[in-house]
Amino acid sequence: MSTRRTFLKQAGCISIGFSLLGPFSCISEGKGSVMPYSNKEIDPEQIDAWLELLADGRLKVITGKMELGQGISIAVMQVAAEELQVEIDRVSIHLAETGVTPDEGITAGSRSIETSAMNVRRAAACAREVLISMAAEKTGLPVSEMRLENGKIKAGNDEFDWTEIIEGEQISKQVYEPEEIYAKTRRKLVGTPVPRPDLEKMIRGEEFYVQDLRFPGMLHARVVRPPSYKSGLKALEEQNLANTSGFVKLVRKGSFLAVIAEKEYQAIKFQEEINKRCEWESKPIPSTPEELKSYLKSLPANSAIDEERGDWSSASGGKVVKASYSKPYIMHAANGPSCAIAIYENEVLQIWCHSQGVYPLRDTIANMLDLPKEQVYIKGVPGSGCYGHNAADDVAAEAALLAKEIPGRHIRLQWMREEEHAWEPYGSAMIMEHEASLDEKGQIQTWSYELWSDGHSTRPTSGDPANLLPGRYLEKGFGVPGPGWRGGAIRNAPPIYKTGAFKLTSNIFEGPLRISALRGLGAYANVFGIECFMDELAEKAGKDPFEFRLAHLEDERAIDCLKKLKDMTSGVQAETGQGFGIGFAQYKNSASYCAVAALVETSEEETKWAVVKKMWGVIDSGECINPDGLKNQTEGGMIQSASWTLLEQVKWDANGITSLDWETYPMLRFEEIPVVEVEVIDRPEMPPLGAGEAAQGPSAAAVVNAISAATGNRLRDLPVNR
Amino acid sequence: MSSISFYLNGRQVSPDVEPSTPLLYVLRNELELNGPKFGCGLQQCGACMVLLDGTATPSCMLPVAAAEGKGVVSLEGLAREDGSLHPVQQAFIDEQAVQCGYCLNGMVIHAVSLLDENPDASDSEIRKAMDKNICRCGTHSRILKAIQKARRS
Ligand code: FES
Ligand code: FES
Repeated sequence: MSTRRTFLKQAGCISIGFSLLGPFSCISEGKGSVMPYSNKEIDPEQIDAWLELLADGRLKVITGKMELGQGISIAVMQVAAEELQVEIDRVSIHLAETGVTPDEGITAGSRSIETSAMNVRRAAACAREVLISMAAEKTGLPVSEMRLENGKIKAGNDEFDWTEIIEGEQISKQVYEPEEIYAKTRRKLVGTPVPRPDLEKMIRGEEFYVQDLRFPGMLHARVVRPPSYKSGLKALEEQNLANTSGFVKLVRKGSFLAVIAEKEYQAIKFQEEINKRCEWESKPIPSTPEELKSYLKSLPANSAIDEERGDWSSASGGKVVKASYSKPYIMHAANGPSCAIAIYENEVLQIWCHSQGVYPLRDTIANMLDLPKEQVYIKGVPGSGCYGHNAADDVAAEAALLAKEIPGRHIRLQWMREEEHAWEPYGSAMIMEHEASLDEKGQIQTWSYELWSDGHSTRPTSGDPANLLPGRYLEKGFGVPGPGWRGGAIRNAPPIYKTGAFKLTSNIFEGPLRISALRGLGAYANVFGIECFMDELAEKAGKDPFEFRLAHLEDERAIDCLKKLKDMTSGVQAETGQGFGIGFAQYKNSASYCAVAALVETSEEETKWAVVKKMWGVIDSGECINPDGLKNQTEGGMIQSASWTLLEQVKWDANGITSLDWETYPMLRFEEIPVVEVEVIDRPEMPPLGAGEAAQGPSAAAVVNAISAATGNRLRDLPVNR
Repeated sequence: MSSISFYLNGRQVSPDVEPSTPLLYVLRNELELNGPKFGCGLQQCGACMVLLDGTATPSCMLPVAAAEGKGVVSLEGLAREDGSLHPVQQAFIDEQAVQCGYCLNGMVIHAVSLLDENPDASDSEIRKAMDKNICRCGTHSRILKAIQKARRS
């Protein structure tokens, strides 16, 4: 007992005691009919909110974040393994689950390494110090003679299991500022390309995705959708449906319509059949994709001057450059449509889904269904990569609604391809207008930037069911979300470059389509516009694009990043018909630095007239936890951004969305994929920075600047292949 | 309902299903496989591919009746008896050619079929064949590297 008191004194904090049971004592693993839930409040200030030391020397790491394919799991495992000196294959991870993992909000904005991984690191380093000090107390030997290795504490000639030291309990002491972070002082595992452990499961076709979960007696559901957002259900011909084999229930709540069947393919057939029997109000979507720019500008907008600085008087007399750019609505378009499973039993609702925020979703679903939130449990299970706020929350809410209709049975709902394409919330359309002046030396004097955009997030974070797709169709009529998050629209809108004066004006409208957060939010379009405009300015100033940027940068890391890209591409010669271009940004002007170059080949072909042959990327994310993971994410971001930039645009007409599959919404495929090469600037002494969205904007600009270089024509409206 | 018989990963199976049900749903729901995935149901993305008598085939629109008497191999059936991975699977691990991994089934199955048919497939032949498979995470360049690696081994 004196041992514990010693720690408390050392740490100088008031806490605590040891919990009798680890946080996992009540949680089921793998298959099982119902998850034994917990509605414990998880205190993120406690060490055991983040870790569990297992009896056999293994370590379980707990994160409130979700694996979205971004590789967060391995990074979090690596930081914990380093601090607690455990081999990586003895570490496992528990992803977001209400009542089990800390509430870490949403897995988004490239913040998981900066937040969750660092919380886990701190807790693990604290746990190590606590263990060693307990062992010293126990053996009477000095702390300097204690060593931790794979769950064993080696003290002189003696060896103890760590669970012996903590007497089978968990360290539920408060997290404090540890004396030493091994990742900074030793750094054996962090900073190395540890392979992802989840890959083995995937490659063998083991149960991994929410789509793979099966429960005894599970039923299958499909939702019947209106033709367009605002159409209400007028009439439905129900005759004889109930006699068809496999039919379980037709659920109609206001204009929310769904069918539940014994088998999945039966549910799909019912969905098709019911679709034919419905009569919906005609509520056309206003405008057309062709006239989108002028339409968006004509909408009432919430306008603000977000930033104004510097000396505008110097503007006179210089060369003035103006340009207007635009970006259409684009999709997350997950490869696997959204899916969730729910069961309502004994007044408790349990949901398995691939949401990015299980706690906010729990609260919002509870509000939608008028249930106390203590009766709603959500377990995060990976789905197909989502790249932002797609339909993951919507499908979970719909499955929850349906589960309440048939208590005691698991209901599995998966959207069809057409639904995923037509009903997900898209990445916002934007218009970006720049005007700048150059002095006689070719330096930027003044820069004025005005943008028009939808807001950029309608996530269910406030508990308002309007943010869940079914919310608007229920009898209760929760309505539609407001204009979305303004902050997303101006992400990366202020250029990183030094200017005599700068002004940013933003106009936030409510556009014709459903929108939310898509990878990078406004940063994709803002950086695309800024970096293309930088090339236009460089041209006017008679400077090389690299030199022009470097002449306007003060941040050493930004400069290093661009210089490294220059070195990487120094041997590249654009041949006839080819063009070379670059783009650069520091994501959010506060996270990772990323510079991208592209080599593009153009031809006379009608389609595919611009093909990206190769892309190079340099990324500085501060302390790099897993260089291969960082490269993988960056490569993926570059290719995805090239696809958005070249090809992608949501289309619709008066009767609804017309981009309904991979033919009507094409994306880049293997024949046109560039070879990509990424280099990491590792800065172990610096804090880690969010990286997952850093490449989107720079890549778009690199591609378009390369095309402009190849053709001599400036392209300003996306996508390139309109 | 009627019973359709085919060979799944070397074993005869006779699921009791509606013959018009696409093979994918039978594999996933009746036979409880996880490998083949639903991506589009339209033969546009390749997520649902299986080897049908050795050839990579989308299973999402193929009526199960069309598999009668045939050999179906899914991702689960690629590993050897001793549990070691097929060279194509191993190459995907070696190259860490995955982000979310939802496309992985189709990528591996298609690459196996491609290299079985044409062990010396050129880079452009690989790209051409794999053009049928969608990856939304942009893992393509690693996938190409993995297939090139498997080609050599
Ligand atoms: S699911 Fe079969 S090809 Fe897409
Ligand atoms: S890795 Fe996510 S779709 Fe290919």
